[in-house]
Amino acid sequence: MSAVIEDVTASRPSSLEALGHALRRNPTIFIGATLLALLVIMAAVAPWITADPFRLSPINRLRPPSERWWFGTDQFGRDVFARTIHGARVSLVIGLSVAFISSVLGLAIGLVCGYFRAVDAVVMRVMDGLMAIPSILLAIALITLTRPGLGIVIVAIVIPELPRIARVVRSVVLSIRSQPFIESAVSGGTGDGMLLVRHILPNTLAPLIVQSTYVCASAMLIEAGLSFLGAGVPPEIPSWGNIIAQGRTFFQIAPWSILIPGAFLALTVLAVNMLGDGLRDRLDPRLARRM
Amino acid sequence: MVAYIVRRMLATIPVMAVVAVFVFFLLRLAPGDPAAIIAGEDATGEAIAAVRAKLGLDRPVLEQFGVWLYGLVQGDFGTSIFSNLPVGRLIAQRIEPTLALTVSTLLVAVCLAIPLGVLAAWRAGRWADRVVMVFVVMGFALPGFLVGYVLIYVFSIKLGWLPVQGYRPISEGFLPFAESLVLPSLTLGIAYMALIARITRASMLEVLSQDYIRTANSKGLETRRVLMLHALRNASVPIVTVIGIGVALLISGVVITETVFNIPGLGRLTVDAVLKRDYPIVQGLIIVFAGAKVLVNLLIDISYVFLDPRIRY
Repeated sequence: MSAVIEDVTASRPSSLEALGHALRRNPTIFIGATLLALLVIMAAVAPWITADPFRLSPINRLRPPSERWWFGTDQFGRDVFARTIHGARVSLVIGLSVAFISSVLGLAIGLVCGYFRAVDAVVMRVMDGLMAIPSILLAIALITLTRPGLGIVIVAIVIPELPRIARVVRSVVLSIRSQPFIESAVSGGTGDGMLLVRHILPNTLAPLIVQSTYVCASAMLIEAGLSFLGAGVPPEIPSWGNIIAQGRTFFQIAPWSILIPGAFLALTVLAVNMLGDGLRDRLDPRLARRM
Repeated sequence: MVAYIVRRMLATIPVMAVVAVFVFFLLRLAPGDPAAIIAGEDATGEAIAAVRAKLGLDRPVLEQFGVWLYGLVQGDFGTSIFSNLPVGRLIAQRIEPTLALTVSTLLVAVCLAIPLGVLAAWRAGRWADRVVMVFVVMGFALPGFLVGYVLIYVFSIKLGWLPVQGYRPISEGFLPFAESLVLPSLTLGIAYMALIARITRASMLEVLSQDYIRTANSKGLETRRVLMLHALRNASVPIVTVIGIGVALLISGVVITETVFNIPGLGRLTVDAVLKRDYPIVQGLIIVFAGAKVLVNLLIDISYVFLDPRIRY
């Protein structure tokens, strides 16, 4: 996602100032970005600040949070603090990869569909069909048929999220296409490719960035949901969904192994959503009403 | 108007066709050998071949598709790999708890979220509005299972007011039935309520700024009448739209909510099928869920005709 932000600044130098301005002026962006930055740092330094998240210690099973185990231990005596901090890595990697991949593909599909009307009719029917399938079920179907792994989870979340991005980009392209500056570019002899890349593409980036933050948040929730159901990343990886799924049996005696990773997930999603809402209000006030 | 309704009904056909084609070809296009994966880690060659034959993967693709689609339009969803029971019957057996859960969630969410949104718009910028908006932001960020477990912890384990988990069919009496649905409905409904409350607030704000509302207020009408009769009616189209869109949230959420609360509905059926890799069941469930979503959106589109007579089709 950060790559997309750099793209904006590369194509339109003035956006860099706008972005800096936005950060200072808009507290929502500021809080969201700060929280997210803290979480990213926490995930990055996880191996150095926590104990081994895989170490079993049967004597210390189901210990409540204390000075020694900040977040308690699970039914195998594993340190919930270490597992939760490591879980941030899985969530962030999946959220950011899904947001990035579906932005790139959705941008391409949206541009082509909005611009070439013949393609549009067919591709958008397919997108409508995909959107009719609830995202978690679509992901589940794909996962039923493949071996578990991080990559397949990312693909399984990208497919249902893709139409959301493609639709937003397409609707922007449609509204831009009818504007006078496009007409003047066409009458000046600008070709299709040039028109798309130089004139239409830059206008889609603000809504694209906003939408991709929502996709990032929703991808993290779907991943946790899938892992919780036993259909996500392999159970040996300490993702938040897996930690919660494994804590289910002992929820009544050890609620911390569900509530703490759950709270971290909520906090991360909240940070990303705040960033998205803030960017939306800042970059494109009209979008705020359209959504 | 009739022409519009018919046109709108016909438009659902291509959507459902895409869904059917997608779930059919997913099995054929999945990387690796799905038959081997479904048969399990240490399956023999014969077991894999048996699964392949059962899924029809040993026949030409177009023939398979023809046979499958012909069955589907007649209501035949195929056969479960493990239990050998017809998928249609398995789904029919489990549909009651899911229907009860989604309908009660829909009612609870609409009855709570619309007044919240109206309140927030009426008191825009004051503390009541702030509280509602904090709820909205949290509602979008809280994962369903976390809400569910917190509710169970507080209301069932600590306070002992409600049953911890499980589902009681309505045939066992209304009170146990309703009690078993309170926490699941709140869990399933939280994101949905956030969505409806946010749109209600936005739509009401737009309507409240119009002249006729000022007129209604200045001629001394009760605030409640102005809000509920004059404003809400005119703010209703976006609200109804989002109630329809949000049904997708309910359908996705059902799978997780039923797992948290041990409700033996379609969501549990989905999870059990995934764990056993019983693809025909997953396939049938996707068609049923997508069909439900398409149907709800159809009803919403038709309701516009009655909600806003100014809309001409």
